[in-house]
Amino acid sequence: MAGLEDLYREIILDHYRNPRNRGELEVPPAVQAVGFNPLCGDEVVVYIEVSDGVITDVSTGGQGCSISQSSASMMSTAVKGRKVSEARRLVQAFKQMMSIHGTGIGGRGDDLDDGPDSTNGHGDVKLGDLEALRGVVKFPVRIKCATLSWNTLVEALEETLA
Amino acid sequence: MSADRSERLSATKAQFPLLARRVRDRPIVYLDSAASSQKPQCVLDAMNTYYETINANVHRGAYEIAAQATDAMESARSAVARFVNAPSDNEIVFTKNVTEAINLVARSWGGANLGPGDAVVITEMEHHANIVPWHIMAAEKGFELRWIPVDSDGGLDLSGLDRLLDGAKLLGVTAMSNVLGTLNPVRHLADAAHDAGALVLVDAAQYVPHLPTDVQALGADFLGFTGHKMCGPTGIGVLWARAELLEAMPPFLGGGEMILDVRKDGFLANHIPHKFEAGTPPIAEIVGLGAAVEYLNGLGMERVREHEVSLTAYALRTLQERYGSELDVHGPAEPACRGGVLSMSFRDIHPHDLSQVLDDRGVCVRAGHHCAKPLMRHLGVPATTRASLYVYNDTSDVDALADALGAAGDFFG
Repeated sequence: MAGLEDLYREIILDHYRNPRNRGELEVPPAVQAVGFNPLCGDEVVVYIEVSDGVITDVSTGGQGCSISQSSASMMSTAVKGRKVSEARRLVQAFKQMMSIHGTGIGGRGDDLDDGPDSTNGHGDVKLGDLEALRGVVKFPVRIKCATLSWNTLVEALEETLA
Repeated sequence: MSADRSERLSATKAQFPLLARRVRDRPIVYLDSAASSQKPQCVLDAMNTYYETINANVHRGAYEIAAQATDAMESARSAVARFVNAPSDNEIVFTKNVTEAINLVARSWGGANLGPGDAVVITEMEHHANIVPWHIMAAEKGFELRWIPVDSDGGLDLSGLDRLLDGAKLLGVTAMSNVLGTLNPVRHLADAAHDAGALVLVDAAQYVPHLPTDVQALGADFLGFTGHKMCGPTGIGVLWARAELLEAMPPFLGGGEMILDVRKDGFLANHIPHKFEAGTPPIAEIVGLGAAVEYLNGLGMERVREHEVSLTAYALRTLQERYGSELDVHGPAEPACRGGVLSMSFRDIHPHDLSQVLDDRGVCVRAGHHCAKPLMRHLGVPATTRASLYVYNDTSDVDALADALGAAGDFFG
């Protein structure tokens, strides 16, 4: 049985207490997307500014639990300064890690966890600190909390194409 | 918490098989009855016995067990009618749940009676089940949706009631808030609505399971409740409505059972309540609901209410003593003015995180917006953690909740 320490890793609580890239960006030039978790009422706002195919700035707002807020914070640091194409690959890799089918329930995910530089079959995509969120998969009702900001990022990226 | 708690289970608790199980090697502490109650053995037995001895479709077969199945279903309807003091059994329409009961009224009565220039009045503390059907119909029919606001004590602000009811055709109100526990002044509202020429729909999902209910004394025209919150099974709810209203309303769903005759050029609707019960009903669930009603009658609804008032008082006192201003219980402070629904905000711990730690200790509570987002916006919180009490809960459950809150406070520093 997964324990609370599998879910609430120290790095997650750190991002929750001290969220990075928190706030709003001016729209335009930035674009904004809002994501809702209908289960718990959480709301995440993602602002991104894209220039020449690079995400030059990211900011997040909204309210939610430690998992959704820390995931948003980690997402923002992970994609800031990246090419849009890299960010999209990172989203894929993260969602793969958050997929029950990708890593299995009941701890099978641990078998795939071979350190912070793990590539986990996602080519050259390094998840780094994001690996701390891997334990969320053992708590299926919380997966949506972790993926909320990532799905909202994808919506914001679509906005930049609109 | 002592490991031998099961030996000290109250007589009531012992009647609910699920409450004997353990979660993560601790006795389960079930505090989510506002979402769904547990079921006593007698309800489970009634449903099993139905399947094992008289299972057959109702209202058609001429053979013995078909007649017995029909009798079982109609006896349950009578028991339900008596339970809420309905003047007649044929005013009891079986639905899937309260949501379907309200949708039935919105679609059937609303479709026939609402249009541009009309208004429906609801309150800011309604469950989405008594909001969204009206949004849907308002978009279709062009009537206005008006809102009775919630005041700072978790009651309804009735200062503008006359203005809101002016020109209204229906007032929809929850008898007891599923978030705040507030018991609303239904009779007062019904009298005001009737004076203004409006009908009254009562969402009694949280009321019928917990208080003696008399649909006539409440002054309601429509009243919905659901089986699974009152010791009965899921999948069975009730719409009570005055017979003359049901007679005049067009059918909701079409199909078998709801007709007297079908021709190539039309159909003749069945008598009430069957007019609103298209298709094979959930017979076993109806039998289970009948058994649940008899179970609650055995406990006595006056005693159920007394138990909950006293346990709610204990909970409010215990939580206040242990956590003071760190813990905010939304809604009325006076136990006699509320139900046993405790929606809490604890420090700045998000309800999802709080309920996760509680779950780790076997304490089952609901975290979220409780299908009441307009109310959440009024309260200025994204969500709350809700513990709700019922017949089988006792002070040991409240103590376990208080202990688990302490553990959550420690965990999140």
